[in-house]
Amino acid sequence: MITLPPFLLFFIAAAVVAFTRGVPRALVLVATPLLGALNLWYLPGDAAVTIPLLGLELELLRMDRMSTLFGYLFHIAALIGVLYALHVRDTLQQVSALLYAGSALGAVFAGDLLTFFLFWEVMAITSVCLVWARGTPAAYSAGLRYLVIQVISGLLLLLGVMLHWRATGDLGFDFIGTGQGYGWLILVALGLKAAFPLLHSWLVDAYPEATPSGTVFLSAFTTKVAIYALARGFPGTELLVYVGVTMACFPIFFAVVENDLRRVLAYSLVNQLGFMVVGVGIGTQLAINGAVAHAFTDVIFKGLLFMSMGAVLYMTGRINGSELGGLYKTMPKTTILCIIGAASISAFPLFSGFVSKSMIMSAALQENFNGIWLLLLFASAGVFHHAGIKIPYFAFFAHDSGIRTSDPPWNMLLAMTLAASLCIGIGVFPELLYAALPFDVQYTPYDVTHVLTQLQLLLFSALAFVWLNRQGIYPPELNAVHLDVDWTYRRLLPRLLRPAGNAAVRWERAGRRFGLQVIAALVDVVRRLHGPGGVLSRDVGTGAMVTWVTVLLAVYLVLSLF
Amino acid sequence: MAQEKTYLFDRPQNVRRVLWLLYAAALLVLLLDLVVHRHLVHPWEGLPFFYPVYGFVGCTILVVVAKWMRRVIIRPEDYYRRDDLPPQPGGEERLP
Repeated sequence: MITLPPFLLFFIAAAVVAFTRGVPRALVLVATPLLGALNLWYLPGDAAVTIPLLGLELELLRMDRMSTLFGYLFHIAALIGVLYALHVRDTLQQVSALLYAGSALGAVFAGDLLTFFLFWEVMAITSVCLVWARGTPAAYSAGLRYLVIQVISGLLLLLGVMLHWRATGDLGFDFIGTGQGYGWLILVALGLKAAFPLLHSWLVDAYPEATPSGTVFLSAFTTKVAIYALARGFPGTELLVYVGVTMACFPIFFAVVENDLRRVLAYSLVNQLGFMVVGVGIGTQLAINGAVAHAFTDVIFKGLLFMSMGAVLYMTGRINGSELGGLYKTMPKTTILCIIGAASISAFPLFSGFVSKSMIMSAALQENFNGIWLLLLFASAGVFHHAGIKIPYFAFFAHDSGIRTSDPPWNMLLAMTLAASLCIGIGVFPELLYAALPFDVQYTPYDVTHVLTQLQLLLFSALAFVWLNRQGIYPPELNAVHLDVDWTYRRLLPRLLRPAGNAAVRWERAGRRFGLQVIAALVDVVRRLHGPGGVLSRDVGTGAMVTWVTVLLAVYLVLSLF
Repeated sequence: MAQEKTYLFDRPQNVRRVLWLLYAAALLVLLLDLVVHRHLVHPWEGLPFFYPVYGFVGCTILVVVAKWMRRVIIRPEDYYRRDDLPPQPGGEERLP
């Protein structure tokens, strides 16, 4: 049996999808992740594919427990995504979604850093198409900013990989660490895509501008590949604990006031990534297991939430909390599915977030990160507040917006139902997920203390929401832009650079004028030298000729006299 | 014109029921705290009603700080659009 690297199937399928229409295309779309998962199942544990390139060995396929788990996760995400997007009649979106999913698979199975870099770049290029496919001017400019930042991340990674290669002579993708300069370069490159604080704004800028189905794909792959790479290259880097806890805490403040509900979800995506980064930073077996498990559950419940908000956007054409409300009346199924996603992200017992997030929290306590643990607990309460309550409340309940629509098409509902079943399935039977985690660690999420304390935390957060709402303290949803870090490169830098730009234009104009004057003077000199009568002229005047003939004759006369 | 259907939460008593359910559940887990012996790891966990208080106070602080922060970062809806993008002649900008 031939060993087929998982990405290849997706790339071939993308080519087929580009040239088919209608039912055959739908069949290819749905069959690809299913066949891919089957292929992954039958791949032997030591499967490896290498190709030589310019004297280097590129390892296209390297299997271990972590890459296999991410491999299955991306197949699930791709299946849910293509089902959700099955009604879309847009070749660009469907081809780029398959290429994007394929390159994410390529990146997690990459055995060396150069292969990883190649797929990292393909992910950037294919994912931006999902933003641009929205077709609005806002999506176009957000997509451009997104692409620039993704390419910067790629360049940093390439530079880091080259320095790594020069220093060690080895390209293998194993522990990298921050002991050397190249380690920092690679860490920043990964941090850009993992939405580290201050580097996160591309995510909240671009994801809400993508198409309803595009955002579902976007939320699944790029950031999780970055988490995978951090878990492989930088486990136990203590700095990541502090970076991660910042990521977990600051976005929730933005999420509380943000009006665009998909942007609220983008902020909560950064917040969830923060938990995973903390897990990677702690670096114990339990913590890494927790980070990977949380990546797994997050892809599914965040996908579910993005799908439910995508369904709202698709059916009503609106996504601002201020314009929505009362949709439970006509979108009851979507409402229930959204609430399941909300319960999962809030880590309610029996939902998937509970069994994964708690591993990270426990690991933080075990390693005596007591302050970090308190902040993570605050972030957990905040998640429930802004994603668990705010999203369903403002979209489906709150004041009646008067919008009467219906549940979305069957394929969207099917995709959401699949994701919701997985959320509950993992929450009820966590052993299935735990058995596939990178390390064999015994962990029991369901004990009395844990369930009780989590319920206390969540229920009293809900009480706080009710109380704040009744007191009128809760900030109303406003049609407004809320500034974030992207303001620095969209407004501040251009504003600061404008005087410099103007000066440059002035200097350039003056320089050009001076150059023109020099050229004109030069031309004048040349004309005088070479022009009629000039010293170096070839066109000699008749008068000069006559003079010289006279001189010659005179010389001749003088000579003939002697 | 037919009268529009009355939905679940159009009746105020149903909203009240949900809220009472929430209050009852909150009270239940609060009382369970007195009965159940929790095993403690973090030094603060031993404080009575640590989790409920932390959740409630945490969320209140979150909202109050976010409201304050909003005053600093809020801008008109078309803050970026009016310079970044060409004017949209009558076009609806947010199409799905």
